[in-house]
Amino acid sequence: MEPFTKHTGVGVPLRRSNVDTDQIIPAVYLKRVTRTGFEDGLFAAWRGDEQFILNQEPFRQGSVLVAGPDFGTGSSREHAVWALKDYGFRVVISSRFADIFRGNSGKGGLVAAQCEQSDVEQLWKLLENEPGTEVTVDLEAKTVRAKDFTAPFQIDDYTRWRLLEGLDDIALTLRHADEIAAFEAQRPSWKPLTTAQAAS
Amino acid sequence: MAEKRGRTLAEKVWDAHTVRRGEGAEPDLLYIDLHLVHEVTSPQAFDGLRLAGRQVRRPDLTIATEDHNVPTVDIELPIADPVSRTQVDTLRRNCKEFGVRLHPMGDAEQGIVHVIGPQLGLTQPGMTVVCGDSHTSTHGAFGAMAFGIGTSEVEHVLATQTLPLRPFKTMAVNVEGDLRPGVTAKDIILAVIAKIGTGGGQGYVLEYRGSAIESLSMEARMTICNMSIEAGARAGMIAPDETTFAYLKGRPHAPKGADWDAAVADWRELRTDDDAVFDAEVHLNANELTPFVTWGTNPGQGLPLGESVPDPAAIADETERFAAEKALSYMDLQPGTPLREIAVDTVFLGSCTNGRIEDLRAAAGVLRGRKVADNVRMLVVPGSMRVRKAAEEEGLDEVFTAAGAEWRQAGCSMCLGMNPDQLKPGERSASTSNRNFEGRQGKGGRTHLVSPLVAAATAVRGTLSSPEDLN
Ligand code: SF4
Repeated sequence: MEPFTKHTGVGVPLRRSNVDTDQIIPAVYLKRVTRTGFEDGLFAAWRGDEQFILNQEPFRQGSVLVAGPDFGTGSSREHAVWALKDYGFRVVISSRFADIFRGNSGKGGLVAAQCEQSDVEQLWKLLENEPGTEVTVDLEAKTVRAKDFTAPFQIDDYTRWRLLEGLDDIALTLRHADEIAAFEAQRPSWKPLTTAQAAS
Repeated sequence: MAEKRGRTLAEKVWDAHTVRRGEGAEPDLLYIDLHLVHEVTSPQAFDGLRLAGRQVRRPDLTIATEDHNVPTVDIELPIADPVSRTQVDTLRRNCKEFGVRLHPMGDAEQGIVHVIGPQLGLTQPGMTVVCGDSHTSTHGAFGAMAFGIGTSEVEHVLATQTLPLRPFKTMAVNVEGDLRPGVTAKDIILAVIAKIGTGGGQGYVLEYRGSAIESLSMEARMTICNMSIEAGARAGMIAPDETTFAYLKGRPHAPKGADWDAAVADWRELRTDDDAVFDAEVHLNANELTPFVTWGTNPGQGLPLGESVPDPAAIADETERFAAEKALSYMDLQPGTPLREIAVDTVFLGSCTNGRIEDLRAAAGVLRGRKVADNVRMLVVPGSMRVRKAAEEEGLDEVFTAAGAEWRQAGCSMCLGMNPDQLKPGERSASTSNRNFEGRQGKGGRTHLVSPLVAAATAVRGTLSSPEDLN
């Protein structure tokens, strides 16, 4: 996973609350067998509508999504994070995230930045008045900036640390590779192996 | 300082696999002894490894099979459904690329993932066993800590052979007494779930204990542990004993010679200490149990076969009343109808709950010399190719076909209807599987969960029945 320190990109105002994971990526896309390529499923139901924000320039190239409260509710599918990332989003800003979505974001390298709803509203206005405005998200300083607007955001320390370091769950565990190897060395020899098919 | 108390079976297995204790908010890191893989939940895990340039750390502790999607007829032909075919093909490619042993469709060792582990002797007491499937709890019958995991955890185990986890709570499920004839492990577990509810086990490992559990065969114990998840539990366990050792001895992957003696000595320690304390306890009297069937759309909505469809109006709890109303409307049942009068279209004998040789024997015992009712179709799907072969050697296949049932190849089949074995909308089944959720066995299908004995008797009479009803 790539470390995340600071990111600047086009902000996309998504004036909707309670965006659940089924809206982020509908169930039909879950039958796939790959980990990438979910960008076409992102907000699939809404993208059929020409007026939808991601169908408009310059928002099409957005990488910072600014959404209403209760983002990522519903089913626990990790595909929601994959779809946002595959599309090109690095950050989602909202005043409230569903717990599981927040957890999945941290694991998947997507920053879920929690701002005050009043700051979200200000950002929306700014991005709507001047489409294409870039938003800078500084994970070290925990701030969001656009033009001369600055606001703090919240993210828990542990998640922030792993995002800064670029550590996914597996990388985190592999930091203890020595301990795993030491454990393996003292496992009883009679524990079964799937490979050694004894003659029966 | 707190007094040092004894440990439960679950805690002992946990302790023995802790690579590293978590500090503060950090979870423990648990070593995994056996990782079972199938085609549905593994593709993205392997793809994740590929993207990160990682390997499978211990292919020698990993084994794969094809079960959820596979057809149970014409298995020599390509799979017709494109999604199923892609999943199976992807598993084959991944196993080849990452060096994982695979038992594909048609192979002598192929079968439902939870049937083949024990059958090969790979599931042993005191192990940690995981699989991207919630019914992994089955393996707990051997005194193993076995639980289902999600796809990203599958990737984690493939890459590291460990999982970061917080300890589970422990619950003792005490079942004392003697089962009456015709009452089986399935009836015990359905009664347990009806008692504690589908959420009653949430966050717990259940340990089934007591004289009724100790007198069960290994296969019956697997039936019980299998459905722990239907009570919401993470896992179910039974302390290993002579029955366990006898089942394991001589299996392809069981320890041999001096290793066997060392292993058994170790396994004998695997029981809850007398002074251990469980976080919760429930009790059930085996003497009082009768055949149990479900009437609703979750495994907790069950009753003894002798009773009638409940009246939601009589249920005090509002949430439960509402759930019962909804279930009865989906199931198209009237309150007060004796359960014995409910007519079925289909009987399904199989699944990782009841698709082993003893289950087939029990059902064949009822069907011998009898016929499946005219308007009923009965599907018999062995849990593995080995079970199928053993059944054929005993002539059970002939009993089934002579009775008018269909004798199929091994797989999950109608347990979840990912392959062509499905109920049609409005059809009703008596099924030995584990989930009676809406649409589980096919869109609009209606499921009653039953034991193999009840399944067979129901096939003969055409309405929910126990073998006693046939005399
Ligand atoms: S038989 Fe049913 S419950 Fe068991 S593994 Fe297959 S689908 Fe899951």
